[in-house]
Amino acid sequence: MQRDKDIVLEVEDIHKKYREEKILKGVSFKVKKGETKVIIGPSGTGKSTLLRCINQLTIPDRGRVWLEGEEVTHTKKSINQFRQKIGMVFQDFNLFDHLTALGNVEIGLIKVKGMDKNKARQKAMEELRQVGLENQAYLYPAQLSGGQKQRVSIARALAMDPKVILFDEPTSALDPELIGEVLEAIKNLAIQGMTMVLVTHEMGFARSVANEIIFIENGKILESGSPYKLFNNPKYERTRRFLKKITELYGESSEKR
Amino acid sequence: MSEFYFIRNILLLPLLEGTLITIKLIALSIPLGLILGILLAVGRVYGNKLISSLCAAYVIFFRGTPLLVQLFILYYGLPSIGIFFSPLTAAIIGFILCSGAYHSEYIRGAIQSIKGGQMMAAEALGMSRVQAILYIILPQALRRAIPGCSNEIIYLVKYSSLAFMVTLIELTGAGKIIASRYFKYTEVFLVVGIIYLLMVSVITKFLNMLEKKLEIPGLE
Ligand SMILES: Nc1ncnc2c1ncn2[C@@H]1O[C@H](COP(=O)(O)OP(=O)(O)O)[C@@H](O)[C@H]1O
Ligand SMILES: [Mg+2]
Repeated sequence: MQRDKDIVLEVEDIHKKYREEKILKGVSFKVKKGETKVIIGPSGTGKSTLLRCINQLTIPDRGRVWLEGEEVTHTKKSINQFRQKIGMVFQDFNLFDHLTALGNVEIGLIKVKGMDKNKARQKAMEELRQVGLENQAYLYPAQLSGGQKQRVSIARALAMDPKVILFDEPTSALDPELIGEVLEAIKNLAIQGMTMVLVTHEMGFARSVANEIIFIENGKILESGSPYKLFNNPKYERTRRFLKKITELYGESSEKR
Repeated sequence: MSEFYFIRNILLLPLLEGTLITIKLIALSIPLGLILGILLAVGRVYGNKLISSLCAAYVIFFRGTPLLVQLFILYYGLPSIGIFFSPLTAAIIGFILCSGAYHSEYIRGAIQSIKGGQMMAAEALGMSRVQAILYIILPQALRRAIPGCSNEIIYLVKYSSLAFMVTLIELTGAGKIIASRYFKYTEVFLVVGIIYLLMVSVITKFLNMLEKKLEIPGLE
């Protein structure tokens, strides 16, 4: 198969069922280098499951995933080789509670990448600076606000120099006034050319940052396209209604916050 | 016989010797019991079906039978199949095996109280299961298990007196011998009791300090 060198992540025909219930029924998409893909869809459609299938935290029943042309699924290599190149940011942060902000960011460098402790510390500090948290480096997660926690978790993902970062509703657990700082950090990554897949309901953000929006419903991609197309000229009435609903629910512009 | 001579040579010196044996007993049983407890708990939670049920069966057996019976089997029973232990070894093995079972229950509970997202985040970073358990799960779980495990450690100090039943002259045993020879039960066991109290106090103090020191800032 001829593969486009620009494609960082390719997801092909992912199927997943839990017990008898089919959650994902064949999802495929490609992400080019530097692209930001936004995935939207009603709650319970399998968006989180899809992201977990990409780095095999959940094993899909069928389908394949490639990272930079190398197959992640059915690989002879250790899955950990791939996971360290696929950053993941969770809705509820999942920071390691017993480690400082700095410790959270450097532990992957030390234990997974085998980096020298001093080097790891320097790099971790740089990543924290990147998300504006160098002054919070020695605080523990329980001492940070939700927005700060999520920025630490972004720094933790960034530190591994991932090829792509997966965000699973990174602002959904945050108080409204803290959403802006996290979106800001993600936007900066987009500007710097990071490749990202983002599940979010923040439509103002999606509009200004996404190269493509993918609308998933009932385990399948119903429609995908540029933000302009989906908002102004969607193929399906269902897409229009869903976008209208979440825009009302979550607000139009993240910048206003 | 002067009172002073009795107190020093007949009471205190033998009791001191007994105390040293008791300290030897617990100094080996506490850490090794804890390690066994960690292994059992990890096996129970993260092991495959076989390992998990073996660990569960182990815990059921050692929590479900009297420690004294376990000690009798180790010391008096095993020689019949050709395994001989000295009283000290039999007692230490017995205490490790038994306290390991109790520790494992506290540690298992603590592991299971850690949110699933911690393991997921560790694995998403590219950590292996073992790395995630070692660097992420256990450091948190063991902190949470400190109060429970402290209890078990304090019990261990006291049930170490059962070693006397396999002929080891530890603190209680030493007391029993003096008391019955000189018929001074009250005085002797009062001293014995005070020595246990001292040991328990020191250990409690240490464990509290440890818990404080390991406390994660900001967590309630
Ligand atoms: N580990 C699991 N075991 C069983 N069912 C699950 C599991 N994870 C998710 N599900 C189910 O799969 C469906 C999709 O979940 P999820 O991927 O979290 O949806 P979304 O992120 O789109 O809200 C839900 O009905 C959920 O209950
Ligand atoms: Mg979800």
